Amino acid sequence: MAKVLVVTSGKGGVGKTTTTAALGAALAQAGQSVAVVDFDVGLRNLDLVMGAERRVVYDLINVVNGDAKLNQALIRDKRLENLSLLPASQTRDKDALTDEGVAKVMDELREKFDWVICDSPAGIERGATLAMRHADLAVVVTNPEVSSVRDSDRIIGLLDSKTLKAERGEIMEKHLILTRYDPARADRGDMLKVDDVLEILSIPLLAIIPESLEVLRASNVGCPVTMNNPLSAPARAYIDAVRRLKGDPVPMTVPSDKKSLLNKLFTRRAA
Amino acid sequence: MSLRNLFNKRASAPTARDRLQLILAHERAGAGGSDLVMLLREEILAVIAKHVTVERDKVQIRLERGKDMSTLGVDIELPVTAAPKPPAKPPAKVPAKASSKRAAA
Repeated sequence: MAKVLVVTSGKGGVGKTTTTAALGAALAQAGQSVAVVDFDVGLRNLDLVMGAERRVVYDLINVVNGDAKLNQALIRDKRLENLSLLPASQTRDKDALTDEGVAKVMDELREKFDWVICDSPAGIERGATLAMRHADLAVVVTNPEVSSVRDSDRIIGLLDSKTLKAERGEIMEKHLILTRYDPARADRGDMLKVDDVLEILSIPLLAIIPESLEVLRASNVGCPVTMNNPLSAPARAYIDAVRRLKGDPVPMTVPSDKKSLLNKLFTRRAA
Repeated sequence: MSLRNLFNKRASAPTARDRLQLILAHERAGAGGSDLVMLLREEILAVIAKHVTVERDKVQIRLERGKDMSTLGVDIELPVTAAPKPPAKPPAKVPAKASSKRAAA
Protein backbone atom coordinates (compact mmCIF):
# COMPACT_ATOMS: atom_id res chain seq x y z
CA MET A 1 0.00 0.00 0.00
CA ALA A 2 1.36 3.36 -1.01
CA LYS A 3 2.36 5.91 1.57
CA VAL A 4 1.58 9.56 0.99
CA LEU A 5 4.08 11.89 2.63
CA VAL A 6 3.77 15.67 2.71
CA VAL A 7 6.84 17.89 3.03
CA THR A 8 5.71 21.10 4.68
CA SER A 9 7.03 23.96 6.81
CA GLY A 10 4.88 27.07 6.91
CA LYS A 11 7.81 29.34 6.20
CA GLY A 12 9.27 29.62 2.71
CA GLY A 13 12.88 29.05 1.78
CA VAL A 14 13.70 26.51 4.48
CA GLY A 15 14.30 23.59 2.11
CA LYS A 16 10.96 21.91 1.33
CA THR A 17 11.69 21.43 -2.36
CA THR A 18 15.28 20.34 -1.76
CA THR A 19 14.00 17.87 0.84
CA THR A 20 11.22 16.56 -1.43
CA ALA A 21 13.70 15.94 -4.25
CA ALA A 22 16.30 14.40 -1.93
CA LEU A 23 13.87 12.08 -0.09
CA GLY A 24 12.19 11.09 -3.35
CA ALA A 25 15.49 10.28 -5.03
CA ALA A 26 16.87 8.46 -1.97
CA LEU A 27 13.72 6.30 -1.74
CA ALA A 28 13.99 5.54 -5.45
CA GLN A 29 17.70 4.77 -5.07
CA ALA A 30 16.65 2.29 -2.37
CA GLY A 31 14.45 0.51 -4.92
CA GLN A 32 11.04 2.00 -4.13
CA SER A 33 8.78 3.41 -6.82
CA VAL A 34 8.25 7.06 -6.06
CA ALA A 35 6.22 10.00 -7.35
CA VAL A 36 7.11 13.52 -6.25
CA VAL A 37 4.22 15.95 -6.64
CA ASP A 38 4.59 19.73 -6.76
CA PHE A 39 1.64 21.49 -5.08
CA ASP A 40 3.11 24.97 -5.43
CA VAL A 41 0.77 26.10 -8.19
CA GLY A 42 1.97 29.31 -9.82
CA LEU A 43 5.45 29.06 -8.30
CA ARG A 44 6.58 25.61 -9.32
CA ASN A 45 10.21 24.74 -8.72
CA LEU A 46 10.41 21.03 -8.08
CA ASP A 47 10.80 20.52 -11.86
CA LEU A 48 13.87 22.78 -11.81
CA VAL A 49 15.45 21.15 -8.76
CA MET A 50 14.85 17.72 -10.36
CA GLY A 51 16.28 18.89 -13.70
CA ALA A 52 13.06 18.22 -15.61
CA GLU A 53 12.00 21.79 -16.39
CA ARG A 54 12.26 21.36 -20.15
CA ARG A 55 10.22 18.18 -20.19
CA VAL A 56 7.01 19.55 -18.63
CA VAL A 57 4.04 19.15 -20.98
CA TYR A 58 1.04 18.62 -18.73
CA ASP A 59 0.73 19.39 -15.05
CA LEU A 60 -1.28 18.64 -11.90
CA ILE A 61 -4.06 21.05 -12.84
CA ASN A 62 -4.44 19.52 -16.30
CA VAL A 63 -4.92 16.14 -14.63
CA VAL A 64 -7.28 17.52 -11.97
CA ASN A 65 -9.40 19.13 -14.70
CA GLY A 66 -9.36 16.01 -16.84
CA ASP A 67 -7.46 17.72 -19.69
CA ALA A 68 -4.71 15.13 -19.47
CA LYS A 69 -4.32 11.62 -18.12
CA LEU A 70 -2.05 11.11 -15.12
CA ASN A 71 0.36 9.08 -17.26
CA GLN A 72 0.70 11.92 -19.74
CA ALA A 73 1.61 14.40 -17.01
CA LEU A 74 4.03 12.21 -15.06
CA ILE A 75 7.67 12.82 -16.03
CA ARG A 76 9.93 9.85 -15.53
CA ASP A 77 13.36 10.73 -14.20
CA LYS A 78 16.14 10.14 -16.73
CA ARG A 79 18.56 8.84 -14.12
CA LEU A 80 16.21 6.70 -12.03
CA GLU A 81 13.42 4.94 -13.86
CA ASN A 82 11.36 4.32 -10.70
CA LEU A 83 11.21 8.04 -9.87
CA SER A 84 8.52 10.25 -11.43
CA LEU A 85 7.56 13.89 -11.13
CA LEU A 86 4.10 15.42 -11.34
CA PRO A 87 4.75 19.12 -11.89
CA ALA A 88 2.56 22.00 -10.76
CA SER A 89 1.10 24.50 -13.19
CA GLN A 90 3.09 27.67 -13.64
CA THR A 91 0.36 29.76 -15.23
CA ARG A 92 -2.78 28.95 -13.28
CA ASP A 93 -3.48 29.84 -9.68
CA LYS A 94 -4.13 27.50 -6.80
CA ASP A 95 -7.90 28.05 -6.87
CA ALA A 96 -7.89 25.84 -9.96
CA LEU A 97 -7.30 22.86 -7.66
CA THR A 98 -10.58 21.30 -6.54
CA ASP A 99 -10.87 19.06 -3.49
CA GLU A 100 -12.46 16.23 -5.48
CA GLY A 101 -9.97 16.56 -8.34
CA VAL A 102 -6.99 16.35 -6.00
CA ALA A 103 -8.55 13.40 -4.14
CA LYS A 104 -8.95 11.54 -7.43
CA VAL A 105 -5.34 12.18 -8.51
CA MET A 106 -4.03 11.10 -5.11
CA ASP A 107 -6.04 7.85 -5.30
CA GLU A 108 -4.61 7.14 -8.72
CA LEU A 109 -1.06 7.89 -7.55
CA ARG A 110 -1.50 5.57 -4.56
CA GLU A 111 -2.25 2.70 -6.92
CA LYS A 112 0.82 3.27 -9.07
CA PHE A 113 3.58 4.00 -6.56
CA ASP A 114 5.04 2.87 -3.24
CA TRP A 115 5.60 6.45 -2.12
CA VAL A 116 3.89 9.70 -3.09
CA ILE A 117 5.77 12.76 -1.80
CA CYS A 118 3.88 16.05 -1.90
CA ASP A 119 5.91 19.26 -1.95
CA SER A 120 3.78 21.83 -0.14
CA PRO A 121 3.82 25.53 -0.95
CA ALA A 122 4.82 27.89 1.85
CA GLY A 123 2.10 29.51 3.92
CA ILE A 124 -1.02 28.13 5.56
CA GLU A 125 -3.45 28.86 2.74
CA ARG A 126 -5.38 26.55 0.50
CA GLY A 127 -2.36 25.25 -1.44
CA ALA A 128 -0.65 24.13 1.77
CA THR A 129 -3.77 22.57 3.28
CA LEU A 130 -4.53 20.71 0.03
CA ALA A 131 -0.97 19.35 -0.11
CA MET A 132 -1.26 17.91 3.42
CA ARG A 133 -4.91 16.84 3.17
CA HIS A 134 -4.36 13.27 1.93
CA ALA A 135 -1.08 12.59 3.70
CA ASP A 136 -0.42 9.51 5.82
CA LEU A 137 2.62 11.12 7.35
CA ALA A 138 4.29 14.52 7.35
CA VAL A 139 7.84 15.78 7.28
CA VAL A 140 8.11 19.25 8.80
CA VAL A 141 11.17 21.09 7.50
CA THR A 142 12.57 23.64 9.95
CA ASN A 143 15.62 25.90 10.13
CA PRO A 144 17.17 26.52 13.57
CA GLU A 145 15.83 30.05 13.51
CA VAL A 146 12.95 31.70 15.42
CA SER A 147 10.58 32.50 12.56
CA SER A 148 10.92 29.07 11.01
CA VAL A 149 10.29 27.30 14.34
CA ARG A 150 7.24 29.42 15.04
CA ASP A 151 5.76 28.74 11.60
CA SER A 152 6.47 25.02 11.95
CA ASP A 153 4.53 25.03 15.20
CA ARG A 154 1.59 26.52 13.35
CA ILE A 155 1.83 23.93 10.58
CA ILE A 156 1.90 21.11 13.15
CA GLY A 157 -1.39 22.49 14.47
CA LEU A 158 -2.86 22.34 10.96
CA LEU A 159 -1.57 18.79 10.42
CA ASP A 160 -3.43 17.79 13.57
CA SER A 161 -6.68 19.42 12.51
CA LYS A 162 -7.05 19.99 8.76
CA THR A 163 -5.96 16.64 7.33
CA LEU A 164 -8.28 13.76 6.45
CA LYS A 165 -6.44 11.63 8.97
CA ALA A 166 -7.03 14.15 11.76
CA GLU A 167 -10.69 14.50 10.78
CA ARG A 168 -11.09 10.74 11.06
CA GLY A 169 -9.74 11.03 14.60
CA GLU A 170 -6.46 9.31 13.79
CA ILE A 171 -3.05 10.58 14.79
CA MET A 172 -1.02 12.16 12.02
CA GLU A 173 2.53 10.83 12.05
CA LYS A 174 4.91 13.80 12.01
CA HIS A 175 8.68 13.98 11.64
CA LEU A 176 11.09 16.87 11.88
CA ILE A 177 13.92 17.51 9.43
CA LEU A 178 16.17 20.25 10.72
CA THR A 179 17.93 21.88 7.77
CA ARG A 180 20.85 24.29 7.45
CA TYR A 181 22.20 23.22 10.82
CA ASP A 182 25.66 24.34 11.81
CA PRO A 183 26.97 22.40 14.83
CA ALA A 184 29.83 24.83 15.41
CA ARG A 185 27.51 27.83 15.64
CA ALA A 186 25.11 25.90 17.86
CA ASP A 187 28.01 24.99 20.18
CA ARG A 188 29.00 28.65 20.38
CA GLY A 189 25.46 29.51 21.44
CA ASP A 190 24.71 31.45 18.28
CA MET A 191 22.19 29.02 16.85
CA LEU A 192 19.30 27.09 18.37
CA LYS A 193 20.46 23.59 19.26
CA VAL A 194 18.74 20.46 17.98
CA ASP A 195 17.38 19.77 21.47
CA ASP A 196 15.98 23.30 21.76
CA VAL A 197 13.98 22.86 18.56
CA LEU A 198 12.85 19.36 19.55
CA GLU A 199 11.75 20.53 22.97
CA ILE A 200 9.73 23.35 21.48
CA LEU A 201 8.09 21.44 18.63
CA SER A 202 7.77 18.05 20.39
CA ILE A 203 7.82 15.90 17.28
CA PRO A 204 10.37 13.16 16.58
CA LEU A 205 13.54 14.00 14.69
CA LEU A 206 14.00 12.35 11.30
CA ALA A 207 17.27 13.97 10.24
CA ILE A 208 19.65 16.88 10.73
CA ILE A 209 20.81 18.31 7.42
CA PRO A 210 24.01 20.28 7.89
CA GLU A 211 24.50 23.59 6.10
CA SER A 212 26.43 22.65 2.99
CA LEU A 213 27.54 23.98 -0.38
CA GLU A 214 26.43 20.68 -1.88
CA VAL A 215 22.75 21.64 -1.64
CA LEU A 216 23.22 24.68 -3.87
CA ARG A 217 25.53 22.75 -6.17
CA ALA A 218 22.89 20.07 -6.64
CA SER A 219 20.10 22.54 -7.42
CA ASN A 220 22.41 24.45 -9.79
CA VAL A 221 22.68 21.38 -11.97
CA GLY A 222 19.13 20.13 -11.42
CA CYS A 223 19.95 16.91 -9.62
CA PRO A 224 18.69 15.83 -6.17
CA VAL A 225 21.58 16.05 -3.72
CA THR A 226 21.44 12.33 -2.92
CA MET A 227 22.14 11.55 -6.58
CA ASN A 228 24.46 14.43 -7.37
CA ASN A 229 26.93 13.61 -4.61
CA PRO A 230 25.76 10.65 -2.55
CA LEU A 231 28.77 10.85 -0.24
CA SER A 232 28.29 14.50 0.68
CA ALA A 233 27.10 15.37 4.18
CA PRO A 234 23.54 16.46 3.24
CA ALA A 235 23.12 13.41 0.98
CA ARG A 236 24.17 11.05 3.76
CA ALA A 237 21.74 12.78 6.13
CA TYR A 238 18.86 12.38 3.66
CA ILE A 239 19.77 8.76 2.93
CA ASP A 240 19.72 8.05 6.69
CA ALA A 241 16.34 9.82 6.90
CA VAL A 242 14.94 7.46 4.27
CA ARG A 243 16.26 4.43 6.13
CA ARG A 244 14.54 5.67 9.27
CA LEU A 245 11.31 6.23 7.33
CA LYS A 246 11.50 2.61 6.23
CA GLY A 247 11.80 1.54 9.85
CA ASP A 248 15.56 1.00 10.03
CA PRO A 249 16.94 2.19 13.37
CA VAL A 250 19.85 4.39 12.30
CA PRO A 251 21.71 6.31 15.01
CA MET A 252 21.24 10.07 14.69
CA THR A 253 24.34 11.99 13.61
CA VAL A 254 25.15 15.28 11.98
CA PRO A 255 27.15 14.22 8.93
CA SER A 256 30.06 16.47 8.11
CA ASP A 257 31.98 17.33 4.97
CA LYS A 258 34.87 18.63 6.96
CA LYS A 259 37.93 16.50 7.05
CA SER A 260 40.11 16.04 10.06
CA LEU A 261 43.64 17.34 9.86
CA LEU A 262 45.01 13.83 9.49
CA ASN A 263 42.63 13.15 6.65
CA LYS A 264 43.62 16.35 4.96
CA LEU A 265 47.27 15.45 5.23
CA PHE A 266 47.00 11.92 4.02
CA THR A 267 44.32 11.96 1.36
CA ARG A 268 44.71 13.63 -1.96
CA ARG A 269 41.48 15.03 -3.33
CA ALA A 270 38.78 12.46 -3.06
CA ALA A 271 36.62 12.27 -6.16
CA MET B 1 34.18 46.50 17.06
CA SER B 2 35.62 47.45 20.41
CA LEU B 3 37.58 45.11 22.65
CA ARG B 4 34.73 45.17 25.09
CA ASN B 5 32.38 43.86 22.47
CA LEU B 6 34.80 41.08 21.71
CA PHE B 7 34.85 39.83 25.27
CA ASN B 8 31.32 40.63 26.19
CA LYS B 9 29.63 38.58 23.50
CA ARG B 10 26.69 36.71 24.97
CA ALA B 11 25.16 33.65 23.40
CA SER B 12 21.97 34.54 21.59
CA ALA B 13 20.48 31.07 21.17
CA PRO B 14 19.12 30.83 24.74
CA THR B 15 17.30 34.12 24.15
CA ALA B 16 15.81 32.69 20.96
CA ARG B 17 14.67 29.58 22.80
CA ASP B 18 13.07 31.52 25.66
CA ARG B 19 11.29 33.93 23.33
CA LEU B 20 9.95 31.06 21.25
CA GLN B 21 8.70 29.14 24.27
CA LEU B 22 6.89 32.18 25.53
CA ILE B 23 5.24 33.20 22.29
CA LEU B 24 4.25 29.66 21.36
CA ALA B 25 2.71 28.93 24.75
CA HIS B 26 0.65 32.04 24.18
CA GLU B 27 -0.26 31.23 20.58
CA ARG B 28 -1.18 27.62 21.27
CA ALA B 29 -3.63 28.70 23.94
CA GLY B 30 -4.59 31.95 22.26
CA ALA B 31 -7.80 33.02 20.61
CA GLY B 32 -7.08 31.61 17.17
CA GLY B 33 -5.64 28.51 18.73
CA SER B 34 -7.75 25.91 20.33
CA ASP B 35 -11.45 25.31 20.59
CA LEU B 36 -10.73 22.94 23.44
CA VAL B 37 -9.10 25.60 25.56
CA MET B 38 -11.91 28.05 24.89
CA LEU B 39 -14.53 25.45 25.75
CA LEU B 40 -12.76 24.44 28.95
CA ARG B 41 -12.39 28.08 29.89
CA GLU B 42 -16.11 28.75 29.54
CA GLU B 43 -17.13 25.64 31.47
CA ILE B 44 -14.62 26.20 34.26
CA LEU B 45 -15.80 29.80 34.56
CA ALA B 46 -19.40 28.62 34.78
CA VAL B 47 -18.61 26.16 37.57
CA ILE B 48 -16.69 28.75 39.56
CA ALA B 49 -19.39 31.35 39.04
CA LYS B 50 -21.81 29.11 40.91
CA HIS B 51 -19.84 29.57 44.10
CA VAL B 52 -17.76 32.72 43.82
CA THR B 53 -17.64 35.69 41.57
CA VAL B 54 -14.39 35.89 39.71
CA GLU B 55 -13.38 38.25 36.98
CA ARG B 56 -12.95 36.66 33.59
CA ASP B 57 -9.41 37.88 33.12
CA LYS B 58 -8.37 36.39 36.46
CA VAL B 59 -8.75 32.92 35.00
CA GLN B 60 -5.87 31.71 32.88
CA ILE B 61 -5.85 28.46 31.02
CA ARG B 62 -2.81 27.10 29.28
CA LEU B 63 -2.31 23.96 27.30
CA GLU B 64 1.31 22.90 27.07
CA ARG B 65 2.34 20.22 24.68
CA GLY B 66 4.77 17.50 25.71
CA LYS B 67 6.09 14.44 23.95
CA ASP B 68 3.67 11.84 25.31
CA MET B 69 1.12 14.05 26.97
CA SER B 70 0.12 17.65 27.30
CA THR B 71 -0.40 19.58 30.49
CA LEU B 72 -3.40 21.72 31.14
CA GLY B 73 -2.63 24.53 33.56
CA VAL B 74 -5.48 26.42 35.19
CA ASP B 75 -4.71 29.54 37.24
CA ILE B 76 -7.63 31.08 39.06
CA GLU B 77 -7.14 34.19 41.08
CA LEU B 78 -9.84 34.26 43.74
CA PRO B 79 -10.89 37.64 45.13
CA VAL B 80 -10.27 37.81 48.89
CA THR B 81 -13.60 39.45 49.60
CA ALA B 82 -15.86 37.45 47.37
CA ALA B 83 -15.01 34.07 48.83
CA PRO B 84 -17.86 32.34 50.66
CA LYS B 85 -17.85 30.50 53.99
CA PRO B 86 -14.39 28.92 54.20
CA PRO B 87 -11.93 31.70 54.97
CA ALA B 88 -10.49 33.32 51.92
CA LYS B 89 -7.26 31.86 50.66
CA PRO B 90 -4.61 33.64 48.70
CA PRO B 91 -4.83 33.17 44.94
CA ALA B 92 -5.23 29.46 44.37
CA LYS B 93 -3.25 27.48 41.89
CA VAL B 94 -5.01 24.48 40.52
CA PRO B 95 -2.73 22.39 38.38
CA ALA B 96 -4.65 19.85 36.37
CA LYS B 97 -3.49 17.30 33.91
CA ALA B 98 -5.16 16.28 30.75
CA SER B 99 -3.80 13.74 28.32
CA SER B 100 -5.22 15.53 25.37
CA LYS B 101 -3.39 16.04 22.15
CA ARG B 102 -1.97 19.38 21.07
CA ALA B 103 -4.22 22.38 20.85
CA ALA B 104 -5.36 22.11 17.29
CA ALA B 105 -5.92 25.23 15.28
